[in-house]
Amino acid sequence: MSDTITSSADAVAVAAPMLSLRGINKRFGAVQVLSEIDLDVHPGEVVALVGDNGAGKSTLVKILAGVYQPDSGTMSWNGSSVSIASPIESQELGIATVYQDLALCDNLDVVQNLFLGRETGSPFALDERDMEKRSWELLRQLSAKIPSVRIPIASLSGGQRQTVAIARSLVGNPSVVILDEPTAALGVAQTAEVLNLVERLRENGLGVLLISHNMADVQSVADRIAVLRLGRNNGTFTAANVTYEDIITAITGAAESAVTRRAEATATRASEETSK
Amino acid sequence: MTTTKAPPTLDHHDERLLTTTGFTGELRGLWSTVRGGDIGSLPVIIGLILISIVFQTLNPYFLSSANLVNLTLESSAVGTIAIGIVLVLLLGQIDLSVGSISGLAAAIVGVGLTQLHWPLLLCIIVAIVAGAVTGLVYGMLFVRFGVPTFVITLAGLLGILGIQLYILGANGSINIPFDTWIVQFAQQMFLPPVVAYGLVIVAVTLSTVASLAAARKRRAVALSSPSTAGIVVRGAILLIVLLGITWYLNTTRGVALMFVFFLALVLVGNYALTRTKWGRSVFAVGGNVEAARRAGIRVNRIYVSVFVLCSTLAAVGGILAAARLASANVSSGGGDTNLNAIAAAVIGGTSLFGGRGSAFSALLGILVISAISSGLTLLSLDSSIRFMITGAVLLIAVIIDSLSRRSRAAHGRA
Repeated sequence: MSDTITSSADAVAVAAPMLSLRGINKRFGAVQVLSEIDLDVHPGEVVALVGDNGAGKSTLVKILAGVYQPDSGTMSWNGSSVSIASPIESQELGIATVYQDLALCDNLDVVQNLFLGRETGSPFALDERDMEKRSWELLRQLSAKIPSVRIPIASLSGGQRQTVAIARSLVGNPSVVILDEPTAALGVAQTAEVLNLVERLRENGLGVLLISHNMADVQSVADRIAVLRLGRNNGTFTAANVTYEDIITAITGAAESAVTRRAEATATRASEETSK
Repeated sequence: MTTTKAPPTLDHHDERLLTTTGFTGELRGLWSTVRGGDIGSLPVIIGLILISIVFQTLNPYFLSSANLVNLTLESSAVGTIAIGIVLVLLLGQIDLSVGSISGLAAAIVGVGLTQLHWPLLLCIIVAIVAGAVTGLVYGMLFVRFGVPTFVITLAGLLGILGIQLYILGANGSINIPFDTWIVQFAQQMFLPPVVAYGLVIVAVTLSTVASLAAARKRRAVALSSPSTAGIVVRGAILLIVLLGITWYLNTTRGVALMFVFFLALVLVGNYALTRTKWGRSVFAVGGNVEAARRAGIRVNRIYVSVFVLCSTLAAVGGILAAARLASANVSSGGGDTNLNAIAAAVIGGTSLFGGRGSAFSALLGILVISAISSGLTLLSLDSSIRFMITGAVLLIAVIIDSLSRRSRAAHGRA
């Protein structure tokens, strides 16, 4: 069920993983949120991380982002073992995280948000001109539709904020970008743009870890799909040769589940209607 | 369907953006900004003008040069404290103990100078260090235990008042000798007219030249920039207004050195808040702590640094106040010092909700408060009335803050 390596994934597998997790455990009180999690992200690869609510996706993301520390397990970056003690260390390694809640400051403008914590110029004399110019270049590169970079984030729409958040992750030239539910709040066109953007990141040789509930998005853009279920690895699939049903089975843990029953019921109803 | 020709600059290429170009465009842009609730310091300036008109009609001495000089002297001490309050308010926190800290600083200077016979400079340094340590303790308590700063500093208000009384000891009131330079500085030192005019001209010229250079550099990288005419006109207006004020103050005692010191602190504060990485971090923490933390800002350091600065400025303000009265006593920093400093920051336009404000609000706010206080004193009204009116003004300022916040939300500028 796991890792049926195809020729396209072969090229990826030859390169050593950029980011590699082995046996990650995390407990909150009496709840074992993550147990023995393994995960690899290679350069130029989009890995989708899927799972039901409470599967531990967000906790895993926060461990990679340095917000939480794992109780045990090893993380390695380009082959050497690392520990990520803070968001700054995560950024310095080259991991950029776009959170589900975007983590933007409403009272600051687009430029200020894009370069927050990474301002150019000296700490005692910020180079606003340079930051504004680079903001436009960055937003243009993502073909973002932002009317002005000198207006507060509060006056932007949901899609525009998402774009700003993704653009911000690219400011530090990261090697791995983690996107937590990047399309959840977006319209059809913006979703397509974000998926294009993910593909552009892959073409540039970045590793992308994409967390999503939307299987259509996942299947259209991911190279590999890693499934979490109740805090454990429940299979890793090559996106090219896995069916929707296989993933759903891995996510829910049973071939027989609410999702499959509903799909069957719908199919039966449809066939009854056609037979009438 | 746009009627404009090809957009000229990098930042004005979106056709939906209503751009304002040229000098008249900038004026129109200013008006729509104000209507959108981004009012900045406009209500304060209108308020100051209204206050001046009312008190001037009631008592023609109000706008006299001698009274205005007095007003600048009166503003400086509490204004200095208010700069610190602006900083903590920007974080969405509060320091209720600035009055007590200023009283403690006054007591340390008084006792150190007259009873322990320390050199004056040592007294001042010890007082300022005491303020800084207090802020450090507040900051540590806040980041370690997460106790609301409202409560920490309320405890500080009482505790530090206790230390102040303990230091002052039995006699309770200490006179600082008139011949010390700190008292001279706070009471007698005024800029010679030539120096005052020179300072105004140099400052305005430098700022205008800097703005022109910045605009030219922006044009060089194809960003929109304010028009040259606009910058020059603004500089000229500023120059005329400041020269006029200087001239008027010079018809009596002149520009007080202590007020210049306060203005310098405001300008330094404004630079630190708008142009440095630290200032950007302060606004970010005030706007969204979690976002700031995830952006890699060391949030705890920002909190601690701001509390240290606030308490330090409170100590400096306390020393200035003691020097101006040439005395340190049990009521130093008591009474309305605390609330006047907080009210000044809020009246000046710094939001109580965090993330919005400027160092200049300390200056504007303290001018409003001092003007009201001075006007009511001239009318020989009782301090009971003064408290009531200052309270009402503070209430109005907070209502304006809340209303403009709502209006910003409605106009998409929140």
